[in-house]
Amino acid sequence: MIALDINGKRQNVDVPGETPLLWTLRDELGLTGSKFGCGMALCGACTVHVDGQPVRSCITPVSTVTNKKIVTIEAVGGDPIGKALQAAWVDVGVPQCGYCQSGQIMSAAALLKRTPKPTDTQIDEAVGGNICRCGTYTRIRAAIKQAAAKGGA
Amino acid sequence: MKPPVDRLVLTNVSRRQFLGTSLGAFVLAAGLSSTAEAADEPKKYGRDGMPNGWTDSPLTFVSIADDGTVTIVCHRSEMGQGVRTGMPMIVADELEADWKRVRVAQAPGDEKKYGNQDTDGSRSTRHFFDPMRRCGAAARMMLESAAAKQWNVPVSEVAAKNHEVVHKPSGKKLGYGALAKAAANEPVPARETLRLKDPKDFRYIGKGNLKLVDAPDIVTGKAKYGIDTRLDGMLYAVVARPPVLGGKVASVDDSAALKVPGVVKVVQIEGSPAPPFFNPLGGVAVIGRNTWAAMQGRQALKITWDDGPNASYDSTAYRASLEASARKPAKVVRNDGDYAAAAAKAAKRLEAEYYMPHLAHATMEPPAATARVTGSKCEVWGCFQSPQATKDLVAKRLGISPDDVTVNVTLLGGGFGRKSKPDFGIEAAVLSKAVDGKPVKVTWTRDDDLHNSYYHTVSVEHLEAGVDAQGKPVAWLHRTAAPTIFSTFNPEAKNEAPLELAMGVINVPFAIPNIRIENPEAVAHTRIGWFRSVSNIPHAFAVQSFVAEMAAAAGRDPKDFLLEVIGPTRLVSPEMLGDTWNHGESPERYPVDTGRLKRVIELVARESGWGRKLPKGSGLGIAGHYSFVSYVAAVVEASVDSKGVVTIPRIDIAVDCGATVNPDRVRAQMEGAAIMGIGVTLGEISYKAGRVEQNNFDTYQVARMKETPRVVRVHIVPGGDYSMPMGGVGEPGVPPIPPALCNAIFAATGKRIRQLPIRNQLTV
Repeated sequence: MIALDINGKRQNVDVPGETPLLWTLRDELGLTGSKFGCGMALCGACTVHVDGQPVRSCITPVSTVTNKKIVTIEAVGGDPIGKALQAAWVDVGVPQCGYCQSGQIMSAAALLKRTPKPTDTQIDEAVGGNICRCGTYTRIRAAIKQAAAKGGA
Repeated sequence: MKPPVDRLVLTNVSRRQFLGTSLGAFVLAAGLSSTAEAADEPKKYGRDGMPNGWTDSPLTFVSIADDGTVTIVCHRSEMGQGVRTGMPMIVADELEADWKRVRVAQAPGDEKKYGNQDTDGSRSTRHFFDPMRRCGAAARMMLESAAAKQWNVPVSEVAAKNHEVVHKPSGKKLGYGALAKAAANEPVPARETLRLKDPKDFRYIGKGNLKLVDAPDIVTGKAKYGIDTRLDGMLYAVVARPPVLGGKVASVDDSAALKVPGVVKVVQIEGSPAPPFFNPLGGVAVIGRNTWAAMQGRQALKITWDDGPNASYDSTAYRASLEASARKPAKVVRNDGDYAAAAAKAAKRLEAEYYMPHLAHATMEPPAATARVTGSKCEVWGCFQSPQATKDLVAKRLGISPDDVTVNVTLLGGGFGRKSKPDFGIEAAVLSKAVDGKPVKVTWTRDDDLHNSYYHTVSVEHLEAGVDAQGKPVAWLHRTAAPTIFSTFNPEAKNEAPLELAMGVINVPFAIPNIRIENPEAVAHTRIGWFRSVSNIPHAFAVQSFVAEMAAAAGRDPKDFLLEVIGPTRLVSPEMLGDTWNHGESPERYPVDTGRLKRVIELVARESGWGRKLPKGSGLGIAGHYSFVSYVAAVVEASVDSKGVVTIPRIDIAVDCGATVNPDRVRAQMEGAAIMGIGVTLGEISYKAGRVEQNNFDTYQVARMKETPRVVRVHIVPGGDYSMPMGGVGEPGVPPIPPALCNAIFAATGKRIRQLPIRNQLTV
């Protein structure tokens, strides 16, 4: 049994320690908001926060995050930055298919925590690893700026 | 004008071939609608020409609960185009429903009940705008009539408004919830008695005032895609598929796989005889208690493949063979005037050849489906663009009746044509059956998706022109060489089909007196399929680049020159251009309107500041293209630095798709098309020894934030009063982008990009 702190809740999972956090969340715990896109940290769809840092859960073995606070898209709205981003995403009409957006929001939330008023370049870098095949990037920029302007924090 | 005889022959061959499979209706869904009609029946167009057509019955699409909640069924698949907002919005508007009290329910696959559900071809809005309006209007009139009866007043004295019916003389009101039961017992008004709203009274249609219905679930991680299905007792599978099309398992050693913790079973999936159709490729499935266990198990399999006849497919060699065929005379598919004579007399001749590789859709959600087989019934969940095809083919594979197959459509994490092929749904059904009916979810990894897709075709486009003393073309020759999508259904198909030729090669609406279009044969060695905008992409890349090359040779402004090549404003019958397909639409209702094409070019030029001064190393490029019965033009601004690295500061894109239902989603589709168009210039799927060389996003490049312009502006031509036929939106934004970008690079550097991807062609 591996004990994890996920979205403020202690969860025990019975998987080998090398199992990626992504599949543990999705298959064992039913938290399907974090998405599988590449399995190699190349697309960002699986991004979660581990102790506040954006992490690609598809390459993160559960054994490495046992004593850390894990936050997923399902709970990121519990803090003001996450909530502001979610509201901005809806208001700007960012999503098309929506599949990558949980990862985009998790990357954006980590950015706004470090950098409340990011420049275009800082935004591009922070979400540069998150692929959106529908091409919603310009609205992602706009929504991050809107959330930042409303001072999510 | 009668189409040439060779095309008729081709059509008839296709018809026999496909109807023989007893999947007539399904074949239509594969985009062959024009091929499946009996010769003596009048040709049907638009929604009438689609398999299982359409219905406008409010009983099918609308239900109202006692508490007033209106549930509207969306029967088309949501893959990011906004259809789950757009379709119900049309119904809600005519119904005078308050959007806050509307819920959207997704239809399962059932075309007998809902009409055509095959969500591709940029068709949903243009085919279902009218039926959905009638649905809403009929339901509104049933509510009005129920209220009039309750009050015992003439129905002319009542009117529905914002979720209630009002008795005008007295001001009495009844809410939709209170009327629901009585209204449901009212007869459905006859179609010819329906009172549709005056468009000036629309409250949602065309206003852009509603947010996406799925957005709140998407941003909180609650939205459910095909890959997110979870059922009690469900097992998880991944499949090792033959790396070469037509390959088979020669031998498999699964002993190590079965020792991987969490692996439950290894199952061989029978391959399918050629042609590939939408059938599973076969291979070896590893079923585990979670996805990771199944993936680890698959890695431990030792499989020897018998690669079969496509083992020598090699992209470099294949390109050379396409080039060789494109450089000699071939089957003539359009011939206006006398190309050879006019070219011989021309003041000058130009020639250019353009290459585009295979591409993969690489939807962010890879294909994924879950199935549960119970006795002679099967239930499937997944991200299907074509749920009826899924139903038919799962039934066929399991040997049961389609009526015993339930197909639940989830959200699609991207579609782009890939998910109109339900091979992955059939895999799930086969595997559930193999584990005694336990539910099984099949997940494709990214490698699987890139290795075993239905790829965008590879093409060589060879163009020649004779120009007059002013540099204007008087003779135009275009040889298009590309394996056809139809090879996926018919092993004999070696020429581009009418519908591929009608995607911007045969139907160039140019005022050039001598036009010759030729199409050499090309044999497919991989599964070819639809990719957003399909053959319009290579065709527009070649045609719009070549026109710009002619402009440069003549020392002319590319925009002015393009407008001149299109020539006078006129309506051109698609049949006059040799186009018997016209995106399935009536040639009378949907002629090619050069005025509309020129208008989007002029609009985008004006809005982008065409001709503005730019720093050294920067340039503007323009392109315009007609596809999916819509008109789109783009201006791309490109900057190329001293090392040859391209950045794109800005894209302007203008669209004329007729009147719009949800203008914000039209904008979103154009913005997305611009980014996907950039992606088309970055990525490549290539083959060595029959195998795809790219494994993941490190080797298959798609557009990321760093390639995204800081400014993308969309300009929508006002569509008028909804009396004009609508055009497509999902696809037509893509084709102008690659040529506009390459034209901009030429303006910036003087270097002409004729092959994609651009990659290091500009590297200094």
